[in-house]
Amino acid sequence: MKTTLTRGYAVRLSRGMKTNLKAWILLAPSLVFLLTFTVFPILRSFFLGLTQYEFGMRSPEFIGLENYINFAKSALFWKIMGNTLYFSFLTVLPSMVIGLGLAMIVNTKIHGVGFIRTSFFYPVIMPMIAIASIWMFIYMAESGMLDQLLMAVGLKAMNVLSYRETVIPAMSFMYVWKEAGYLMIFFLSGLQNISGELYEAATIDGASPFTMFRKITLPLLGPTLLFVSTIALTNSVKLVDHIVIMTEGGPNNGSTMLLYHIYQQGFAWFDQAKASALTVVMLVIMLAIAMIQFVNADSRIHYN
Amino acid sequence: MFKKITLIILLVCVAALSTVGAAGSTEAKPAEKMELTFFYPVQVGGPLTALIDKLCADFMAENPDIVIKPVYTGNYDDTVAKIQTAIQGKNPPDFFINLATQRFSMASSGTAIPLDDLIKADGAAGKAYIDDFLDGFMEDSYVDGKIYSIPFQRSTMVVFYNKDAFAEVGLDPEKPPKSWKELVEYSRKLVKKDAAGNYERYGVGIALNSGSAQWAFTGFALQNSVDGKNLASEDGKKAYFDTPENAEALQLWVDLQNKYDVMQKGIVQWTDLPGQFLAGKVAMIYHTTGNLTNISKNASFKFGTAFMPGNKRMGAPTGGGNFYITAGIAPERQQAAWKFIKFVTSAERLAQWNLDTGYVAPRTSSFQTQLIKDYWARLPQAKVAFEQIPYAKPELTTYEASRMWRILNDNIQSAITGEATPAQAMKNAQAQADEVLKRYQ
Amino acid sequence: MRAGNIMKTHKHILLNLVAVVLALAWLVPLVWMIGTAFTEGSYTMSLIPHTRPTFENLRYVWNAVPFGRYYMNTMIVVAGTFSVQFVTVTMAAYALAVLKFKGEKLMFIIIFIQLIIPNDVLISPNYMTLGDLGLTDTKLGIMIPFFGSAFGIFLLRQMFKTIPAALSEAAVIDGCNTFQVITNIYVPSSRAAYISFGLVSISYHWNNFLWPLIVTNSTENRTLTVGLALFAKSKEAVMQWANVCAATFIISMPLVIAFFIFQKKFINSFISSGIK
Repeated sequence: MKTTLTRGYAVRLSRGMKTNLKAWILLAPSLVFLLTFTVFPILRSFFLGLTQYEFGMRSPEFIGLENYINFAKSALFWKIMGNTLYFSFLTVLPSMVIGLGLAMIVNTKIHGVGFIRTSFFYPVIMPMIAIASIWMFIYMAESGMLDQLLMAVGLKAMNVLSYRETVIPAMSFMYVWKEAGYLMIFFLSGLQNISGELYEAATIDGASPFTMFRKITLPLLGPTLLFVSTIALTNSVKLVDHIVIMTEGGPNNGSTMLLYHIYQQGFAWFDQAKASALTVVMLVIMLAIAMIQFVNADSRIHYN
Repeated sequence: MFKKITLIILLVCVAALSTVGAAGSTEAKPAEKMELTFFYPVQVGGPLTALIDKLCADFMAENPDIVIKPVYTGNYDDTVAKIQTAIQGKNPPDFFINLATQRFSMASSGTAIPLDDLIKADGAAGKAYIDDFLDGFMEDSYVDGKIYSIPFQRSTMVVFYNKDAFAEVGLDPEKPPKSWKELVEYSRKLVKKDAAGNYERYGVGIALNSGSAQWAFTGFALQNSVDGKNLASEDGKKAYFDTPENAEALQLWVDLQNKYDVMQKGIVQWTDLPGQFLAGKVAMIYHTTGNLTNISKNASFKFGTAFMPGNKRMGAPTGGGNFYITAGIAPERQQAAWKFIKFVTSAERLAQWNLDTGYVAPRTSSFQTQLIKDYWARLPQAKVAFEQIPYAKPELTTYEASRMWRILNDNIQSAITGEATPAQAMKNAQAQADEVLKRYQ
Repeated sequence: MRAGNIMKTHKHILLNLVAVVLALAWLVPLVWMIGTAFTEGSYTMSLIPHTRPTFENLRYVWNAVPFGRYYMNTMIVVAGTFSVQFVTVTMAAYALAVLKFKGEKLMFIIIFIQLIIPNDVLISPNYMTLGDLGLTDTKLGIMIPFFGSAFGIFLLRQMFKTIPAALSEAAVIDGCNTFQVITNIYVPSSRAAYISFGLVSISYHWNNFLWPLIVTNSTENRTLTVGLALFAKSKEAVMQWANVCAATFIISMPLVIAFFIFQKKFINSFISSGIK
């Protein structure tokens, strides 16, 4: 049947097909898991978010956007969104500033760099749940280290976890302590990519350290800054472990964050529909954070 | 070298997966014996599981044709989730222990069956068995007039007080406060500050964290209620939060912190309170009878237990877990489960359970056993829990109980931290509760 | 000029001092935790250990909580997850780095979705899927959502791309099939990337909490972090910070010690974790 003319083509085609087949066979395991546990759940959340599926109901009932409308009207929902935003606000910038500062210290030729780097970085390696257990004792009312310290210098005990004014700042402080070391290493690698000659030239021109920081370090760290900020934002938005240990979202939801609320809805109250709708809200936030990065082409350096 | 590592990793992978596979596949044995699965909520493991294992073994020795397989399922919430998934997966436990307050959810979701037929089948003995349970515990077994659960590991709240501190400030160590008025008065005497104005000892302590505040509050609300009714209707479909009496009860808590200045400000954790008491940092605490063993073992001072002080009347909350039988299992399995439940809730075994765990035995006849009499002789403080039961009522129980607890806790906290006045807080709680219970009206 | 130098030296010393003081401050929680874990329990907290060292807390906690079991579980989960990832990620990375094929873009989109939306936020739908699969309260259930790793695929693809095609072409001429090319050439040359991926994956799964908490109900399957949280909140732990610290010590030490020994490797690995 085959002519000599078409045979070469057929062989080429089948080789292309073979490569395609080989590629997809190699990709298949990853693809199955990524589809099942990343893509499918996203779709499932969108669908279930449009239903009512409370504890004891046999199957979900379609109710359109009612879950979202109820959220929009719910003071609790906005309080939680506010908390999430506030926590991000109090953690992202400070941990970046401190991370950058630590990186600059570690980047200089001072003694004991290894020790210093280690002590800033070890909180990254520890489980959040362990860190929260330790800081629980720091923040504990009156018997805790912080209150003991305050009372020792003649101030009043603050009992920081008990009040909505102080609970998120206290948690933020702990998290900055944990996260700064992580961000530090990105800045450190960013700093090490900046040529030392630039600084030498600037020193000869008589530039002050501050000017050098403003004119050389910051601009050249631009992509790193952007990239680190998306990491820091993502991490702060999805952090919940400490809430389980420290406050369970109290006082009066003063420390309830979005992901914690998803956990409550889904696993304390068995309302998977509301949990799904909240998951969709979470997805939108995650997408928005990713946008920051993708809008800026420079940052793609880190992906390619 | 690296290849070897790769190989090792792959081997570990295979080993790990096969372990998982092996652990996952527990096939049913040939059906000579009837095997019943029993979900028992236990947080940390350790001593409790050993006791349950022993109860099961004792039962199986008497009933060789039945095998009881206990599955330890984490806390009460986990157990609800686990039962739900097990039912969906068509592999439900035959019976389980869960909070008494979950009975509405268990009934409305068709998870548990009413036990009335099984009780009736036992004739006069069945009636006598049910009647022997203390009212304060049996009360929260009913849904629409049917019995859905049998009380097992139950607890109630009492006041622990430091007798040495009482003596130190000139109070009679044998006369704990009996009323709110005395509570305030004694607390003001017991509170102690150092020169800098820091507290060396508080008068009284109540845990106000989410998950604990609602329990104590049930007691305070009862003590102040006009008609001795609870925070919710008996059919579990209506909450009564925003009564002036409840606002007053909450006002007392706020006043204990601010006006009378005798309680630590803010939110004290349930788990911290016994430690503070043992450290002598607070003279009286409201806590579960389940803590008696811990406190009697570790107290370096003389301590007493007392009823929760009353106001318009005496009152206290009960809590804890009951037996349920799963819906949809074969009748002979139901009967076997029922047999086990009756076995474990015999007067003697409940008495022993009381001694071993600190839970209060829920049956009247348990307290006539020699075991309990000896126990009381050894530890007179244990008697108070039993004596208080006639005044006790079940903790807040409605449909969607855990969501309702959260609502009450949140709003109590809002009053404590000064975000809302007690009256406002209870009003907010009422509105939120009505919203949740709307679909059950 | 000389004065300037002295100034500079002074500044240098000052900076050094600040750095060391800060570093010490950073260590306080760890030091306190370890100190308290080995100090006799008491109901009043103290900053500095006030009794002679004791192993009593560790002993008590180890017996009160089935930490042995939890250790086993955690190690199975960590090793199991990484082993499967190792295979899936290697295969996918090879395809994406070496082969030209139809639908490449689609695969990249799927990978990007996971980079943007980490599994951590999909707890609710993933739990339902787990229920459908009958995998709740199993170790496999804890691991399975992480078997496909966009981060790992990316990291290794970058690495594989740097390996000259000539090497594998030569191997093919020698009669190697694709599997042999991967195991003989690509895997051994990418050691650094595997170590990075491994350390990040292991730390992540050792420390992960919320997902194992949700998935597991029974002691047979719980991991260390879940065990610690349950213990810290249980009545067995009432205000015994010595005990809670001992428990914290038990669950976090293996990684912390490993980090103190291999700190350079850890830090380099975590730099690559940025693309997560």
